[in-house]
Amino acid sequence: MKTGTIRQILLITDGCSNQGEDPIAMAALAKEQGISVNVIGVMEQDVIDEQGMTEIEGIAMSGGGVSQIVYAQQLSQTVQMVTRKAMTQTLQGVVNKELQQILGGGRTVEDLPPEQRGEVMEVVDELGETVELDVLILVDTSASMKHKLPTVKEALLDLSLSLNARSGDNRFAVFVFPGKRNDVEKLLDWTPKLESLTSIFAKLTTGGITPTGPAIREALSHFNKKRSLRSLLSGDDESFFEESV
Amino acid sequence: MMMNPSLKNLCKVIPGTIIEGKWHHNRYTIIKELGFGANGIVYLARYNNKQVALKMSDNGMSITSEVNVLKSFAKVQGSALGPSLLDVDDWERPGKKVSFYAMEFIKGPDFLAFLQQKGPDWTGVMILQLLADLQLLHENGWVFGDLKPENLIVTGPPARIRCIDVGGTTMQGRSIKEFTEFFDRGYWGLGSRKAEPGYDLFAVGMIMVNTAYPKRFTKKSGGIGEIMDKVKHSRELKNYEKVIYNALTGNYQSAMEMRSDLLQVHQPGSASKKSTVQYKAVPQKQAQQHIHPSPSRAKSSSAGRQTRKGYNKKKKKSSTLETFTIILIISLLYFFYIYSQIT
Repeated sequence: MKTGTIRQILLITDGCSNQGEDPIAMAALAKEQGISVNVIGVMEQDVIDEQGMTEIEGIAMSGGGVSQIVYAQQLSQTVQMVTRKAMTQTLQGVVNKELQQILGGGRTVEDLPPEQRGEVMEVVDELGETVELDVLILVDTSASMKHKLPTVKEALLDLSLSLNARSGDNRFAVFVFPGKRNDVEKLLDWTPKLESLTSIFAKLTTGGITPTGPAIREALSHFNKKRSLRSLLSGDDESFFEESV
Repeated sequence: MMMNPSLKNLCKVIPGTIIEGKWHHNRYTIIKELGFGANGIVYLARYNNKQVALKMSDNGMSITSEVNVLKSFAKVQGSALGPSLLDVDDWERPGKKVSFYAMEFIKGPDFLAFLQQKGPDWTGVMILQLLADLQLLHENGWVFGDLKPENLIVTGPPARIRCIDVGGTTMQGRSIKEFTEFFDRGYWGLGSRKAEPGYDLFAVGMIMVNTAYPKRFTKKSGGIGEIMDKVKHSRELKNYEKVIYNALTGNYQSAMEMRSDLLQVHQPGSASKKSTVQYKAVPQKQAQQHIHPSPSRAKSSSAGRQTRKGYNKKKKKSSTLETFTIILIISLLYFFYIYSQIT
């Protein structure tokens, strides 16, 4: 079966944006382009304030993704769980759309008797295992995140371990905001392995503002850049896939 | 799950509530909550004057997924891999549809609580039972995935260990759906998260470690050395040291293999040393490919690799001897054959 690519933005932050565009609007823009936005709010002993919480939920909701607030220690498990959940959610959406065409009348999987759902779920599971996945990771490096960064690094390595156990291909890119000069800085371009992060993360400096909105916008444009680049290679890509399946 | 209270609230039901299925119209009376996991809450309920366990979730797909696993288990004859499935249905409560399935209620303390009551003599027996079950599960193409003491219940008497919560059960060859860090070889940098028998056997090894360290411990730098240090410091685990080491380093190809090694430990009089070396002649080569951790993690487990090398040498010697003998015998046979043809 020929499947497309699932594209996600994973935002790891600990609070409110305070510069540039409205991140919720940017997330909605991402959704329109078929990219889902997932948000993980990291807290320490302190609780994230109401405003931050609302923003985190708002971004995920309008970005068609999943959000979760966690303590730093639980980050590893959460990052992989959220990514997976969002992936399944997207796939379910796709499968549901197909089903609606077959069944008619806006009916979804949930309207099928439980006995028949099993087979649909098999398809979703199978797709989840084999589909290509592009995750662009946006890491908040404002001052308050400083001592959480080693945990974030661990969590990202753990994510690549989890996803690389799938048979489908994965590509990761990592951006941090605020960057040294701009609002957003590219740390790692599309790669199937996140291991190279280890050395880069150690040198990261933190500080200043939290331009979440501009970061999401920048991430979107990076997705598009990649697509145009890849279209040049698409011929090769196709043949490679037919062989491997 | 951990920090998401909304999930828990959505399918929160108070005792006494009657739940009627939309499709099959069976009526269940909720007695109490038994526990909750990543994808839902499990309740004890009454149906036709029998006690059943009811798992509910507002995520219908995860329910369907688990039902698929339980259905497949049911096809395995003469065994009790998971709880047996009784019913699948939806409950339409105002505003929100909740999917649920009913299963056999497995009554008893969880694994660690059981050991606390009965003492460490039971550790070996229970692990032996568990390994026999896992062997069957693996033979049928599954990997349990989220194996941990909380998901193991000891029923009885006679004491019998049972796996509950098949939320993490994954088809072999896929990536593990759900796991708990302490029991996950990926977390310790000792292997991938691909569903294969070795993944479960690692978890079994860690369950044994958990019996001596009920509070568990967190990773410092990861790697086999760190865990084995803890094992060496525990009096209860002394006998099992070799078995645990082999389980954690992926030296066992099947649950059966680990089981027979564990049996040797319990054989009075026989030194456990002998057995481990013997069986190891065969599977070492494959095992080596398996256990190589990803490059970035390699550093952390270098301590483990050194110890492993020692084992390898022994292995090589015995395997060259074996090859040599086989070649000798075959050439002798061939010689006789040619000789008989000539005359």
